[in-house]
Amino acid sequence: MSFRSSALVRRRIYLHRIFYNCFRYYCKVPITPVATLESDNIPKPNIDINTVALLERLSLVRFDTEQGVKVLEDSIEFANKILHINTDNVQPLYTVLENQSLSLHIDAVTQGNCQKDILKNAVITEDDYFVAPPGNIPLHEIEEKESDIQRNENRN
Amino acid sequence: MRSKFLYKYLKLHKRYSSQIAKKWQSVVGLEVHAQLNTESKLFSGAQNTFGGLVNNCVSLFDAAIPGTLPVLNRKCVELGVLAALAFSCRVNEVSTFDRKHYFYADLPAGYQITQQRAPLANDGVINFQVYTPGVHKKPYNKSSMIKQIQLEQDSGKSLHDIELKQSLVDLNRAGAPLIEIVFEPDLEDGEEAAALVKELVLIVQRLGVCSGRMEEGALRVDANVSIRREGDPLSTRTEIKNIGSVRGVASAVRYEIDRQQSVLENGGNIINETRMWDAAAKVTVPMRDKEVVQDYRYMPEPNLPPLRVNLTTREDTQDIISVPLISDRIPELPAVSRAKLIENHDLRPEIAIQLVNEPALFDFFNNLMNKKRNPTKVANLLLNDLLTVLNRRKIDVNNCTISVEQLDELTDMVLQKKINLDICRSVLEEIIGNRKSPFAIVDEKGWSLVTDSKEITEQCKRVFDDNPKLVKQYRDGKVKVLRALLGILSKTSDNKLDMSVASKIMEELLRK
Repeated sequence: MSFRSSALVRRRIYLHRIFYNCFRYYCKVPITPVATLESDNIPKPNIDINTVALLERLSLVRFDTEQGVKVLEDSIEFANKILHINTDNVQPLYTVLENQSLSLHIDAVTQGNCQKDILKNAVITEDDYFVAPPGNIPLHEIEEKESDIQRNENRN
Repeated sequence: MRSKFLYKYLKLHKRYSSQIAKKWQSVVGLEVHAQLNTESKLFSGAQNTFGGLVNNCVSLFDAAIPGTLPVLNRKCVELGVLAALAFSCRVNEVSTFDRKHYFYADLPAGYQITQQRAPLANDGVINFQVYTPGVHKKPYNKSSMIKQIQLEQDSGKSLHDIELKQSLVDLNRAGAPLIEIVFEPDLEDGEEAAALVKELVLIVQRLGVCSGRMEEGALRVDANVSIRREGDPLSTRTEIKNIGSVRGVASAVRYEIDRQQSVLENGGNIINETRMWDAAAKVTVPMRDKEVVQDYRYMPEPNLPPLRVNLTTREDTQDIISVPLISDRIPELPAVSRAKLIENHDLRPEIAIQLVNEPALFDFFNNLMNKKRNPTKVANLLLNDLLTVLNRRKIDVNNCTISVEQLDELTDMVLQKKINLDICRSVLEEIIGNRKSPFAIVDEKGWSLVTDSKEITEQCKRVFDDNPKLVKQYRDGKVKVLRALLGILSKTSDNKLDMSVASKIMEELLRK
């Protein structure tokens, strides 16, 4: 009994050594973080007010405080770390399924006809339509006056 | 000092006038979205239909419910490839899908799945003839290169309620299958753009790819328009969105060219913007978006592996479509039909164009020519008389209820000179919307032409008795009055005489 257990312990130590050496000498993943990704050539990002305003409008997220801008700049700096890595002749991988072919469905109606379910999550509906804020409509329908001026310009 | 001044002025003047002498040149490129004729949507099994109960033809995927995934519709690939082949495109063995992001209430996912980097097909061409009766004297050939054809999703539809400041969204169209055909800026004016669209509609209808019904939005045209001085590089363009008719394309492009020209001549600048064609007011108006150039944040669609097609063999599987098999399915295209009309029936090109432009008339023509008949006369009967009667009644030719049998009888009567063209139109009026036989109508109304020379001679003599002055003038050498006499004859006889026979008889009588 004791012989068996001591053999197991010895075996465990042996395996541990192998793995340890493996990680230490052969593994490509560094055990401690390394700073080689940093590059001094890439300037620190600096975001001007106009860009902040554009991004706010596009993303519908408000962040024009000092801290908000810093978070954005830090994010850009973090992402910029990979810019100096040479990717010439490396095809980007965008899906692990790219060696597979897309599977296709037969053209037949198998879904839909579920108006109730579709509208279930909407807070406001009107005559079974979703209701949304006014979108991209011709300027003159928003500001009739401005359009009249525009049309006069067009005529001249 | 003064001469130096004068010299400078002259130099300036010269430069200015040389700039004016250069003509404006307009550059037009089109992007066309055509809805594919399928039962179900591009990536879901919901019904693809026009109309239908609001928000009912929507699957959970179309409403962008989290956890749902796209599965591509096989029929959409087939129709896309069919269109690509008809436009002599290079079909790509591997094509991929991308996400195009923008915020809009009728786009639930916040992105549209399209094909940006590797589209279904590239490098095609469309050849067409530009001929608008009343604008061009003769048809001319034109072609436009196709940059790419891609599969993509349609968005939902928004109704704008201006008073309540809200949009009402119907997702029935969300995820409907489209092909977008991107043309190079090879056109010069609105008429060319309209002719391209007309030909495109005919082709997609022949192929069965798209209904081509522009009034339903099944085929929508965006036009990119810019102008430049001859020889200058391309300048800033504006984009006119969603033009909904062939004539609308011509008017919108013409309006936009004129607008840009007057802005530039008044010292203004053209800005890159999206404009909308207001068909009622006949102007283009600016839209709110694109104050800055939009960043669509294109990215590869991670949920869809690449689409592969078989370019070389006729081996066809559920997931890999054989392109050669599809190329076997291409029907006769409008250009071939026109060439055949011209060659086999000796028709003038403008007549061939007009016949092929109206599929219903083209079918009538082919049916009527099963018997040996004079092709030009048959074509004229369809293009002049039938169209005139239908237009007067505001009936679309393609909804015309007149049957081939009815037209067959009518054509026989016209060509055998049993009735004249005026009566032919009256008969057409009578047979719209019913199954009456033109023979019976002519019989019933006593409309058939008199060809009997005895009766015509008698009527001629009556005209002579009533108009001795004219007869005298003729016999004194004023031969022109024959026309006047014939006019009187046709009036007094209620248009019922065969005038070709009558004019011969009258001339003979007068010479006696």
